[in-house]
Amino acid sequence: MRSMQCKHVWEQVSGYIDGTVSPELRQEIERHLAHCRYCSAVLDSTRNLLVLVGDARTFEVPVGFGERLHKRLQQSMDALEAGE
Amino acid sequence: MDQQGGMEAAGAAAEHSAREAAIIARILGGERELFHELIRPYERGLYLAAYGMLQQQEDAEDVAQEAVIKAFKALASFRGESKFSTWLMSITLNEARGRLRKHAGEQLDFLSDSEEEGDYTPSVLADWRYIPSEELERQELRRQLQQAMAKIPPEHREMIILRDVRGMTTAEAAEAAGCSEALAKVRLHRARMAMQKLLAPQLAPRQTGLLGWLNRKAGGR
Repeated sequence: MRSMQCKHVWEQVSGYIDGTVSPELRQEIERHLAHCRYCSAVLDSTRNLLVLVGDARTFEVPVGFGERLHKRLQQSMDALEAGE
Repeated sequence: MDQQGGMEAAGAAAEHSAREAAIIARILGGERELFHELIRPYERGLYLAAYGMLQQQEDAEDVAQEAVIKAFKALASFRGESKFSTWLMSITLNEARGRLRKHAGEQLDFLSDSEEEGDYTPSVLADWRYIPSEELERQELRRQLQQAMAKIPPEHREMIILRDVRGMTTAEAAEAAGCSEALAKVRLHRARMAMQKLLAPQLAPRQTGLLGWLNRKAGGR
């Protein structure tokens, strides 16, 4: 059987990672990955990207954010109540 | 997740929604202070979404604050057809989009804003830099991620934030962003691929280098 082309694998990387591709397509992609180091590297680096953006330490909330948020919210709630 | 696990999760989610609906009814009934507790579990996520969109701490904080105030004022219009968290997120994204539009012309220079499935060539995994300190690596990574995020169109950026940073399902992300699930999937794919291309030199699966600490943490994934 003729293997998929790299370009077709790249179009499916996201769905492959999320597990939303059909079982047939998954098999086809895996057959391609077994002999294509380039596409395997693309898949690995995309997975790494997702690990990175999903890591709680990558994006941090500034110190005091919660206090400032609730203070401003309270001021707004008080102003609304006073205006009623 | 097995079938029983799925049912338990669905049951827990329904219970959570019912609890929130009861709190919302009490707030609308006059117990306004409860709104603070209602939003507390989500405030971090709102800030991160706003920050992901704007790449600017002060603006992101302001957007998150404006969003919760708007949510409070509009609480009576929340009908419970979506999750409260999704509704809150959609208000935040709208605020962030408004802020981006205000800044339009200043820095909007994106790689592509096409919704079409265009040609895409992944980056060749080439050089990488070795920085021994993990803290330094994180700072450097964060800077590079922010730079890459700023280069992709806002509607693509939204999908990375909702799905991959916040861990929403595609259906929830589509609802928060106000688009169809099919479009959400296309945007997510394009966003991930654009980020891969921009960051690939740092994302090579090596045991050292910028992502070494993450790879080790993730068991060499």
